[in-house]
Amino acid sequence: MKLSAIVERRIIYLVLLVAVALPLLFPIGWKTEVSGYTQMAYDLIENTPEGKVVIISFDYDPSTMTELQPMGEAMIEHAFKKGQKIIATALWPMGVQMAEQAFDKVLRDYPDKKRGVDYVNLGYKVGGMVTIQAMGRGLKEVYPKDTRNTPYEEIPLLENTKRLKDVAWVSSLSSGVPGLKEWMMVARDSYDVPVTGGCTAVSAPGFFPYVNEQKQLTGLLGGLKAASEYESLIGRKGTATTKMDAQSVAHLLILVFIALGNIKVFVAKRRKNND
Amino acid sequence: MISIMNTMGIWLAAFFTLCIFSFLYKDNPFYKFAEQVFVGLSAAYWLVYIIYSIMVPNLFAKLAEDFSGNMILLIPAALGLMMLMRIHPKTQWVSRYPIAIMVGTTAGISMLRYMKSDILQQLTATMINPFAAATTAEVIGNLLMIIGTICGVYFFYFSKKQEGVSKAVSKVGIWFLMVSFGATFGYTVMARISLLIGRLDFLLGDWLHLLK
Repeated sequence: MKLSAIVERRIIYLVLLVAVALPLLFPIGWKTEVSGYTQMAYDLIENTPEGKVVIISFDYDPSTMTELQPMGEAMIEHAFKKGQKIIATALWPMGVQMAEQAFDKVLRDYPDKKRGVDYVNLGYKVGGMVTIQAMGRGLKEVYPKDTRNTPYEEIPLLENTKRLKDVAWVSSLSSGVPGLKEWMMVARDSYDVPVTGGCTAVSAPGFFPYVNEQKQLTGLLGGLKAASEYESLIGRKGTATTKMDAQSVAHLLILVFIALGNIKVFVAKRRKNND
Repeated sequence: MISIMNTMGIWLAAFFTLCIFSFLYKDNPFYKFAEQVFVGLSAAYWLVYIIYSIMVPNLFAKLAEDFSGNMILLIPAALGLMMLMRIHPKTQWVSRYPIAIMVGTTAGISMLRYMKSDILQQLTATMINPFAAATTAEVIGNLLMIIGTICGVYFFYFSKKQEGVSKAVSKVGIWFLMVSFGATFGYTVMARISLLIGRLDFLLGDWLHLLK
């Protein structure tokens, strides 16, 4: 039976849809091994002393939240566990809501954490790299108020945090520009603040060269797999872990499709040569 | 009331997700409808967001609060208005000035940063003693990184015809590039599947309540 290309494509879509849906409905529970990059990011947060102020920048919007939101939640939980105080910022407008959602979810397990004391959401600021540069000179000038209109000087968490140099580490969860690269270029390369973060899988290969001897990035979480690795490191059964089964099945299926496609081309070529 | 709005939101989101997915079968009116709604909503959302989150707090509120103290803000405001002159063909030329300022400042700021982060720091990270690593795997990794960098960069050296030894170096460079393209493809697949997982998670979980 000879199928047209369009019908073949539709079959592939349908099979892929079923292959992704089934593991979501009936989880398999496959384990994932922790990569060196994820371990480095984890170690940075793990080894930061209690009481230190850190920045998590939510530089993405809902289109990439499947990959980046679990990272945000896991990093918030880890920082809370270690007694660190979190400043949330956003270089993307909708990052503000992403941060709020992440805090809301983690706070269910940490009801004692108080806004303004243990965490604060400073909100979105336009400008990308220029904004980060300005934060290096003074945070208050860039963020005079938080998202609830509380003046900077009235937020206890920010009492001793005047500029970027005063934070222990920065993590940017980034799905494009501005994002992780801008934080690295300014916070790490200019102000010597350790920078880690997470990005979508599609942009991960572009960021890996920055995890180097110079420690331009201290570890990196690339895509959903890294998010699930981080969840396993902090002992959290989060959304990334449950979705990794579907991811693995889909990858196996795509490998099968690639093999079948190559066999088909090989057979077609051979048939043509024989004719 | 909140619950009803929430339920309506979920059903609307599910409807539009299915409309977009219908394109996988073939182009159809449902897909076109969802596409147009998305474009219109995005434009409106961004307009309102820019006014209330950027213009109002950074310009109007500051000028209303202390006009004489914030007079410097009139300069970017004027540049912004000049940019809007693009709308009319006769005044289009005015927008060239703010664009020139933007291009100039962006190039100036970026040049130093990129020079440091993408060239100097990256070069320094490659200039290491590969044998100083703790494990054999790390030594091999370091050697591969150095060889890959040299051969990869050499592949883009076009001033001399590549033959003999230089052709071999260039060929090794191509192999490293091919491996990196393969890795990039793998990560791209992962990212696209993640998007599908996200939507199916919404449809099966939030909409149909089939997920535990």
